[in-house]
Amino acid sequence: MNFDPSHSKRSFSSVGTRPIRPDGVDKVTGRARYGADFNMPGQLVGRILRSPHAHAIIRKIDTSKAAQLPGVKAVLTAADLPDLTNGDAAMYDILDNCMARKKALYDGHAVAAVAAIDARTAKQALKLIEVEYELLPHVTDVDQAFAPDAPLINDTIFTTGVDPKPDRPSNVSMRSQFGHGDVDAGMARADFVVERTFKTEQTHQGYIEPHACVANVCSDGTADLWVCTQGHFVYRQHCAELLGMDASKLRVTSSEIGGGFGGKTHVWAEPVALALSRKAGRPVKLVMTRDEVFRASGPTSATSIDVKIGALKDGTIIAADATLRYSCGPYAGAWAEVGAMTAFACYKLENVRTVGYEVLVNRPKTAAYRAPSAPMAAFAVESAIDELAKKVGMDPVDFRIRNAAQEGTKASYGPVYGPIGIGPTLEAVKNHPHMKAPLGKNQGRGMACGFWFNFGGQTCTDLNIGIDGTVSLAVGTVDVGGSRASLSLVAAEELGIDYSQVRTVIADTSTLGYNDMTDGSRGTFSSSMATISAARNAIKILRERAAQMWDIPVEDVTWEKGHAVAKGETHGNLPKLSLKEIAAASGTTGGPIAGHSEIVADGAGVSFATHICDIEVDPETGATKVLRYTVVQDAGKAVHPTYVEGQYQGGAAQGIGWALNEEYIYGKDGRLQNAGFLDYRIPVCSDLPMIDTQILEIPNPNHPYGVRGVGETSIVPPLAAVANAVSNAVGVRMLHIPMSPPRILAALEA
Amino acid sequence: MVEVTLWGSLAAAAEGNSKIEIEAKNIRELFERLSERFPRLEPLMTRGIAVAIDGTIYRDTWSKELPTGAEIYLLPRLAGG
Repeated sequence: MNFDPSHSKRSFSSVGTRPIRPDGVDKVTGRARYGADFNMPGQLVGRILRSPHAHAIIRKIDTSKAAQLPGVKAVLTAADLPDLTNGDAAMYDILDNCMARKKALYDGHAVAAVAAIDARTAKQALKLIEVEYELLPHVTDVDQAFAPDAPLINDTIFTTGVDPKPDRPSNVSMRSQFGHGDVDAGMARADFVVERTFKTEQTHQGYIEPHACVANVCSDGTADLWVCTQGHFVYRQHCAELLGMDASKLRVTSSEIGGGFGGKTHVWAEPVALALSRKAGRPVKLVMTRDEVFRASGPTSATSIDVKIGALKDGTIIAADATLRYSCGPYAGAWAEVGAMTAFACYKLENVRTVGYEVLVNRPKTAAYRAPSAPMAAFAVESAIDELAKKVGMDPVDFRIRNAAQEGTKASYGPVYGPIGIGPTLEAVKNHPHMKAPLGKNQGRGMACGFWFNFGGQTCTDLNIGIDGTVSLAVGTVDVGGSRASLSLVAAEELGIDYSQVRTVIADTSTLGYNDMTDGSRGTFSSSMATISAARNAIKILRERAAQMWDIPVEDVTWEKGHAVAKGETHGNLPKLSLKEIAAASGTTGGPIAGHSEIVADGAGVSFATHICDIEVDPETGATKVLRYTVVQDAGKAVHPTYVEGQYQGGAAQGIGWALNEEYIYGKDGRLQNAGFLDYRIPVCSDLPMIDTQILEIPNPNHPYGVRGVGETSIVPPLAAVANAVSNAVGVRMLHIPMSPPRILAALEA
Repeated sequence: MVEVTLWGSLAAAAEGNSKIEIEAKNIRELFERLSERFPRLEPLMTRGIAVAIDGTIYRDTWSKELPTGAEIYLLPRLAGG
């Protein structure tokens, strides 16, 4: 479904307006139902026993005492979850991560579970489970794990992507490489070279709502799961595969979601809750504590990145090189690969090479986090770019404009770009008042660019027109950022009716065809394509019904602004029929009127952003204060500008927290020391200024309205923008994220 | 006949060929021919491959035609957040 160029000049009636979101009132009054708000009669409380050790063989688990405790209805170990993955390594890793089979691979790894009549009994039962561990050497740091003499985490992992295949296992699961040209020859021609090594620490998505679900497996083999997730169809598929169920017999209903950011694209406790329910014969509610969310869901990678960039005297980047090491947790991953693809994507480069290494560590299994892997690569590259601009003697914005990718540029990860927005975001930043605002003592300004791919994917939508002429839109992409409002706007736009006449709901897995999850900034992009398609199918039927009512050929009926209009010399004078009038007559013209759409929404447009940050650093304490922050990003077409701005602000806020405070801190014993929001500090409102935003609209040629995904790119530039600001404020290049006060003081004293 | 470019790691599994000429009408045929010609690509293809046609990335539309003269680039299939 291609972009209709006429939309770039047309005046939209609904798209681009800012109505109140349909779920807003429920959320501010407490009526909205999140994962933990669902309950069933007779439900049990599920609890999971977790390993206190970073790396240990599980010699024996004795559950007999727990099973005998009055009130305990089921006790579960890996023995209750047979391996049904048929050699699918990725699914096996998910199974092993949900319940450790032979070894505990990180502090927090699930080893057993119980279902009991109440929380107190469940907790007591966990204490009665006896686990015999044989401790093994562990490694939690990405660089230490990368070293050849590191403790081996998985003896079945042999590095892929290298030739010849290694004859010994290692902690490096994969090497990947991207690029083109001759980097070494280019670097030899450079007049200026910057070469640095950067580190970023592991962070968590920090969603406010912990993972929560209620599972109910019936004796006839059917089951229901109510769950907080970004992708209930994917959860159904994974749970059904792991438990040996037919997917159609498991109905999954997604709750409202209190944040996900990629962390709710993976199953963690849900298969365990279903297995407990199956064993107990009763519904089981399982809600993770905050401690469990930190220790046993999926944080992002910790990284170590070498960057080398060379430029000519005229400011042209002549060669760029990066080696990226990303932690994956104790299982194989593909996180460095993404970092290697995104690292230099903003630039037009003749000679570029990136190499990624996936590194196993004794930490939780890495999960996606908003533009996964891109922020860390951008931190390293954009820091080096800033330093190189200084060496060349150019303004950092002008230096980037000179080297920015444009339509026709061969991307550093391979293909040639279509129309893109990196240049316009840089021009907008150059002309933004923020860049001209004065700075005081101990204050610095930084800017940085960022890139994300955006995805589409499988999408299914039903649009049903009621006999009163109002519209129900059922979509399968979970609403994580206001997409119900955006999709209602799109349906209203296509049908030519008012936004208030459309209600969009997230359908469960039994009432709609398969949908990929809401990730890759695809929710509004893909479901709006499906909604447009469904609405156009409905309009076709509306025209047919109007033709029946008028008794004229359907070819003589057009659809204009919510009405069927008769054309032609013989019946051009017929009064137009509204959608409401046609719907009211539907019972006698052929029955219900609906439009359906099942599509693969490929063709998501890539996305770019440029951010500006002003910061003040207290040189005595190392404390920082963000004074001003501006986001400029290409949205393609902003369907609901307020929620686009919200995505921009949210990504920036998370990136600022990542840059300044957030990190997983492990002790020498391999245990996580700060598994709570008191010690793992995300930014709160009082930590941040109002984040200014500027939406640019460079249409995506593959979407009828030109829409691009907007949910992820905004977290890519902040680490670098903040680091450049701090570096400029203190006069020392910051190389390690987060730039917490002790780390800033150490850099100043070095 | 279309010319297909492989990213670095994929080229290593295709006997070092970073550019391959292949007879294929659409993405499905492209994957079939590549697997036949370079069996070592199979695990990488199982893990997931996306195809960029003139800069637009296709992950799932295997019926997508490969126009003569188009730039066709194979990429890893990525996850989002």
